[in-house]
Amino acid sequence: MLKKYFKLFWIFFRVGAFTFGGGYAMVPIIQKEIVEKENLIETKEFLDIIAVSQSLPGPIAVNATIFTGFKLYGILGAIFGLIGTVLPSLLVIIVLAIFYNQIKDIKAIQLFFQGVRPAIVALIFMSAIKLGKAIDKSSFNYLMMGLAFIAIIAIKIHPILVVLACATCGLLYSRREREKDGGVS
Amino acid sequence: MAAYLKLFLSFLKIGAFSFGGGYAMLPLIEQEIVYINQWLTPSEFIDIIAISQMSPGPIAVNAATFVGYKYLGVLGSIVATFGVVCCSFFLVTILAKVIIKHYKSFVVSGIFSGIRPGVIGLIAAACVSLFKSSIVDIKGFIIGVIVLFMLQRTKLHPIAIIFISGALGIAMYSI
Repeated sequence: MLKKYFKLFWIFFRVGAFTFGGGYAMVPIIQKEIVEKENLIETKEFLDIIAVSQSLPGPIAVNATIFTGFKLYGILGAIFGLIGTVLPSLLVIIVLAIFYNQIKDIKAIQLFFQGVRPAIVALIFMSAIKLGKAIDKSSFNYLMMGLAFIAIIAIKIHPILVVLACATCGLLYSRREREKDGGVS
Repeated sequence: MAAYLKLFLSFLKIGAFSFGGGYAMLPLIEQEIVYINQWLTPSEFIDIIAISQMSPGPIAVNAATFVGYKYLGVLGSIVATFGVVCCSFFLVTILAKVIIKHYKSFVVSGIFSGIRPGVIGLIAAACVSLFKSSIVDIKGFIIGVIVLFMLQRTKLHPIAIIFISGALGIAMYSI
């Protein structure tokens, strides 16, 4: 009975322990653990979770953990997942806060993270590709993907506004599709 | 007690008003910690960024733990962390409940049919801006290419990839 909660805790402990760089850096690890290895949620649902996590206040990894935990096992799932995600930070930061002055000049640690940073970019890139494969290859989907990308990169619109705009487009488009089918659903 | 409450409320505010995660949260944290409460000096705040880069986990959580610890010890770090995730916990569970209940409804499925491809665009955009800030020289670029190659050819776990790339970093940058 308790086993599933501890399993969830342990999965998110690893997510918390190996998410370097914040924000979307957690996407590849959650994807691997929850979607690919354990098959607990589908890729499409995972995309929904990221969208919601991005749109609510608070750290994305924390929001995604709470949502995933809640979806799987309710409130207790959310709590166990959340503790798992924040515990590694808590432990590592306390150690670092105590020893920071001794640690900060160790060259190898800095070089280690200099190597990790480019890897995070590559990991997120591959995640985006894998996620892209999971949705239908419709022109509407490609259009939304492209517009969201351009809105952030070229026009620098806030991601929440982009999510809201995509939601509106999705709703309007499905309504039009429904009317085109002529049926009431 | 009042000090703990103040710490909790301050991080509750940070958790409640910072959208987007990652470094997007830093200005608000700086405002609260350095200017309003003066728990840290500006140069100590820069240490937070350096420490966050060395520590796993969300940056806001790292900042909360660090500030809480510096100000009120281990209990302080727990209180601050609790504060920063509190608002997320309530908002996400409430919204998750609504979404899960109405997942098959026309409105919710319509909304997500637009959001899903949009999120992929967002992640791709995050990738581009991370590329600019994380890959600053040819060695970094080479590490990125090696990692991409490994991801394509092997089924290595992202955690393994992180350790390999760290080792590559030590090896390549020490030359």
